[in-house]
Amino acid sequence: MPDMVSLAQPQQRQFNPYADNGGTILAIAGADFTVIAGDTRQSEGYSIQTRYAPKVFRLTDRAVLAVNGFAADGNMFVKKVRQRLEWYRHAHAKDMPLRAIARLIQTMLYARRFFPFYVYNILGGIEEDGSGAVYSFDPVGSYEREACRAAGAAQSLVQPFLDNQIYFKNQVPAPGMAHPVHLPLSTVLSLVIDSFTSATERHIEVGDGLEMYVVLAKGSTAIQSLSTVRGIQEMTVTEDGERVFVIRRELKKD
Amino acid sequence: MASVYSPPGFNFSNEIRNNFLLEKGLPLPKATSTGTTIVGCLFKDGIVLGADTRATEGPIVADKNCEKIHYITENIRCCGAGTAADTEFTTALISSNMELHALSTGRKPRVVTAMTMLKQMLYRYQGHVGAALVLGGVDATGPHLFTIHPHGSTDKLPYVTMGSGSLAAMAVFESGWRADMSRDEALNLVKAAISAGIFNDLGSGSNVDACIITATHTELLRNVEMPNQRVEKERKYAFRRGTTAWKNQTVRDLIVKEELTTVGAGPGEAMDTT
Repeated sequence: MPDMVSLAQPQQRQFNPYADNGGTILAIAGADFTVIAGDTRQSEGYSIQTRYAPKVFRLTDRAVLAVNGFAADGNMFVKKVRQRLEWYRHAHAKDMPLRAIARLIQTMLYARRFFPFYVYNILGGIEEDGSGAVYSFDPVGSYEREACRAAGAAQSLVQPFLDNQIYFKNQVPAPGMAHPVHLPLSTVLSLVIDSFTSATERHIEVGDGLEMYVVLAKGSTAIQSLSTVRGIQEMTVTEDGERVFVIRRELKKD
Repeated sequence: MASVYSPPGFNFSNEIRNNFLLEKGLPLPKATSTGTTIVGCLFKDGIVLGADTRATEGPIVADKNCEKIHYITENIRCCGAGTAADTEFTTALISSNMELHALSTGRKPRVVTAMTMLKQMLYRYQGHVGAALVLGGVDATGPHLFTIHPHGSTDKLPYVTMGSGSLAAMAVFESGWRADMSRDEALNLVKAAISAGIFNDLGSGSNVDACIITATHTELLRNVEMPNQRVEKERKYAFRRGTTAWKNQTVRDLIVKEELTTVGAGPGEAMDTT
């Protein structure tokens, strides 16, 4: 006979609708280009769900969005942003400017203040003045324009590396010299690849594949350094504007 | 004289204090637990043991090439999964006691002896020593393979797996294991089982270690497979001399200069030692 007194006690049940699907994203802005990258592993706990789940998405010819955190929310969020951008195109007969997309993402995230999209967003692309830009968001919409940002599982491994190599933190320039404000595209791509191969070495949730999106401003001279890149693929839709490319690399699979 | 007399058995004097601290929100320090794939497999002439080489602290890789196949005696080895320190110290302690046991009996030690010592120790600690082990070896009674769980229960089976990658590795064993395999067949099966853990379990990774034990010989194959070599970095990260800023600088002369002055007998005159 069960103890009826203990059965009468209040019970609490909980359902957790969120999951952490690992992975890492990263974006770096140059003078007239932006690189937005992410690994392609999707995991839960100690299991790999898939070795190829893209986290970086082309929104327009001048905007690329990287999403990291809870994959289901990330995919849904990208879908909803794209729908809003399509409505904008129908209403205004042009693509939404980057800074406007950033503000749109803020309002879309804050609209879910008390049931958030469990996603860290990094938006990269080209501003209307032709400069490279990176916007990073927290899950409820706080955002900031920066030159570089890493997010996700290996953020704590990659961001200090970027602070040192992009912002030259803790580096004294040689006498009579100054640190460059913007790095060339070839250097930025190398830093992105090294960030991900290194994160793969020391973080178990990072690996399998790497996707790097490169957004070039109209008439950018950085196009020259892309001609030698192996396996590069152009994603541009419209003519005579900004151009979008994707570069794919393998990462370790253990 | 409570301070001098220590009663036999465990000391629980910190129990109340620790529970109080826990209540106040200060949990006990968490021991590093290694996600792991370890396996063992019986074949015609003996035992093959296998292990991956990744050690983790949560999601961070602590050691990319650690050794998880531990020495017990010349003809017995033990793979460890679970709390890294616990597996290391338990196997070392039992290795010590096995050597003393061999010396006192004058016989080659048996695998069941090691198994019994391990399980009795782990049972005594009621699961608080977090060691999950695969014990294998060949003795006078033939080849033996055991798994030992942290609470002290044991299994004796022809093929075994443990650790976070145990399911991936067991899938390979269940599809590929046959009785009376040759040495090479067994080694290849163990390599495949560990590889399944390395690639499909995030807690396991890097290289494959194996150990083949037969009646006459024990062969440790350290890093038999290295399928996860790091690719060369795109850039060199050497820093220019003078990169690090400093606030002040002091230079001290570490060479002590001293001048010798001879007193009394001059140089060249020998001391009187008669």
